[in-house]
This record gives sequence, C-alpha cells and structure tokens, in this order.
Amino acid sequence: MARITASVYSSHIPAVGAAFDLGKTHEPYWQKVFSGYDFSKQWENEQKPDVIFLVYNDHATAFSLSMIPTFAIMTGPEFMPADEGYGRRPVPPVIGHPELASHIASEVIQKDFDLTIVNEIDVDHGLTVPMTCMFGKVDAWPCKVIPFAVNVVQHPVPSGARCFALGQAIRAAIESYPEDLNVQVWGTGGMSHQLQGPRAGLINREWDNDFLDRLIDDPAGLSKMPNIDYVREAGSEGIELVMWLIARGAMADTRGGPKPKVAHRFYHVPASNTAVGHLILENA
Amino acid sequence: MSLDKEFKEIPGTIIFDAEQSRKGYWLNQFCMSLMKAANRERFKANERAYLDEWKMTEDQKQAVMARDLNAMMALGGNIYFLSKIGATDGKSFQQMAGSMTGMSEEAYRDMMINGGRSIEGNRRIGEHGDAQRPNKDK
Ligand SMILES: [Fe+2]
Repeated sequence: MARITASVYSSHIPAVGAAFDLGKTHEPYWQKVFSGYDFSKQWENEQKPDVIFLVYNDHATAFSLSMIPTFAIMTGPEFMPADEGYGRRPVPPVIGHPELASHIASEVIQKDFDLTIVNEIDVDHGLTVPMTCMFGKVDAWPCKVIPFAVNVVQHPVPSGARCFALGQAIRAAIESYPEDLNVQVWGTGGMSHQLQGPRAGLINREWDNDFLDRLIDDPAGLSKMPNIDYVREAGSEGIELVMWLIARGAMADTRGGPKPKVAHRFYHVPASNTAVGHLILENA
Repeated sequence: MSLDKEFKEIPGTIIFDAEQSRKGYWLNQFCMSLMKAANRERFKANERAYLDEWKMTEDQKQAVMARDLNAMMALGGNIYFLSKIGATDGKSFQQMAGSMTGMSEEAYRDMMINGGRSIEGNRRIGEHGDAQRPNKDK
C-alpha cells in the first residue's frame, strides 16, 4: 500500500527561484536563505520519495479571474514550468501520477470535498521554487508530483479547519492506494509577508515562530484560527499559510497515530519581501 | 455570508474579495494579457491605444498609465495581476511592493534586511504604527 512517510513545509518565494536560476546562491544575502535547505537536499537523497503531493497556489498565472477553483487537483501526466512574464524557469517538466491523482480525487470527492479536476496546466513558482530548494539543480526531478492548487488570492479563501480536514481525507485516500509507494505531502507558501499598500513589508517573526510551534504540537487547535488572524498578523499574503494545514492534516497523529518527528526546522528574514519558513516532519 | 468586517479594519491593506474582483475584473484581465510578449510590445508601443481595447474605467486606465499601484489596488486590482505591469517595466516584486509604501527603494530594502515592517501599531486602523492611513475610506 502507499505510505505517507513525511510532510515538508516551505515558503515559495519567486525571488528565491530567480536567485537560483541566475547563479546567485553564494551571495551572502541568498546564501542565508539556501543554507536552510542544505539538510533538506541530503535528507531527500536518503528518503527517495516516489511521489510528492504538492499543495501550492497559482499566482494569476494559469488561473486568471476567468476561473477561480477553490481546490484543484492535477490529474494530468506532465506539467511545464510556467512563463510568468520573465520566461519559463530553466527547470525540468513536472511528471504527474495520473493514476494516484485520480484515485485521490475519486476518494475525497466521495467524502464531500468537491475538488476541481485539472489535466492541463503550467505550474508557477508556487510549485517549482520549493522543488528547487529541496532538490537543487537536476536534469529531471527525482520523483513524480501531484500538484494541488488552493485559491488564496480572492477572499473568502478556505479556512484552516477545512484545509486540515481535507488533509486528513487525502491521507486516507493515499493509504488506500494498492501500490507500494513512498509519498510525501508538501505544504507551501508564507510565511509572514504583505506585498501591497502602505503596510507592505510586514514581517511578524514572533507570530511565525508560534505558528511553527503550534503546527508541530497542536495542529488541530491551530486549524481553528480564523482567516482574519492570518491576514492581520502575518500580512495579506501570509494567508497562504492555510495551505500548510493540508499537509499537516495528512500526518498519522491526526488519526490517533504517533506524533511526527521534527527532522528539520528553519526560519529566516528576509528573502525579498518575505519571511522564509521551512519544516520537515517525519511519520514515526 | 459576507466577509467578516474586520478584514476592512486592517490599516494600509485592501482585501481582494468578490466586490473588488468585480470592480477590477477587466483591469486584472488586461494585466493577464501582458503575459504574452506580443501584447507587451503592443502595450509599450502605445499604452493608451492598448488600454482602450479593454472595458476598463477611465480611472483605471489613468492609474495604469501613472503606474500608481495604490490607485490600481483601490480600483479593484490584485497585486499578483498588477505585477505583470511591473514585469513589463522590468521591475522586481520588491520594487513594486516598496513603491506602495511611500518609502524610497533603498529605505524599503533596508527595512526588509533589518527584519521588515513591525506589526506593532499596524494591526487595526486607529493604532499608531507606520502603515496607518488616517484618510482610509471609512
Ligand atoms: Fe505565494
């Protein structure tokens, strides 16, 4: 049977992707960011996941205002890195897992999570930047990826509680898939940042670290935090952090299993306008 | 259920909700069109003529031509869409975000390196932080 072995949480800042692509990783400003992923690259080398279920959001790239799905699962075979106005990132295409993705869609839709199903889409920095952080420079990504997009652009966006419950349903779906697969679930975006208006540049270090503590120790309690708190305390774009609760909901302890082990934790300010947060939790 | 009114009580912040989205629909869709190189060329060659192809209000067109991001936000723009204008102009996200604060590019960059803007006094309208806009439409 397929197993979820770990969950990974990471910011997905576009400037981090640009710094990597332009060979700036050793500049002091960027070195401080990338150093937080040194452990993670080594760890992924040892973990050798077969599939990553990758929760991210599209930033007015593939979805414009003409279509705004709240939750979208990508069941197609291949996804190209998007041209976000600066040309496509020089990273490999993302290879999907149509069979597992369709199985998950079928299972969770029948548990009343009404997903949108997408077969053709280009994936933006929300997905490709965490891949770069975790795997570095590669000719081909070492595993398959099921992209899963959440609307965090137009309010109301889904609540933390809904995301957490969805994560639990996704876990049950993955674990009922008959093939023996090592699956990781990733949550991306955040941490505190605001990209608009006179409050742009907001960073809330204390809140971010409290979020990480609670994500580790009390995810069910954290999931009850209303969306207004994210926006007020972590900035208008800090609302992306609700997506981390999908990945956290997929861990074994949310259904009576043992607490996960914290394999790695990293926090740094700034990368461009944003606080960088990164966490790896392993199922025991 | 309408959105919690507390979303409107955060200083220096415009929440992109269904109302803003309706107001800014064509402004944002115009921005999306700039993802294509050929459209960027046509826009740069004659901004006014290109904007006139879209069902935008005159205020929205003027705000685009003035590159006034705060005005574009107030008129229904969303920052992820508006950033396509910045990309067309060769501006980074940090330059765009900074331009909305009234700070110089250098001062904004230094603020970020020093840990970013503090939350203190910037949670609710009427507090005394550096992001308060006393004349915000109440
Ligand atoms: Fe994002």
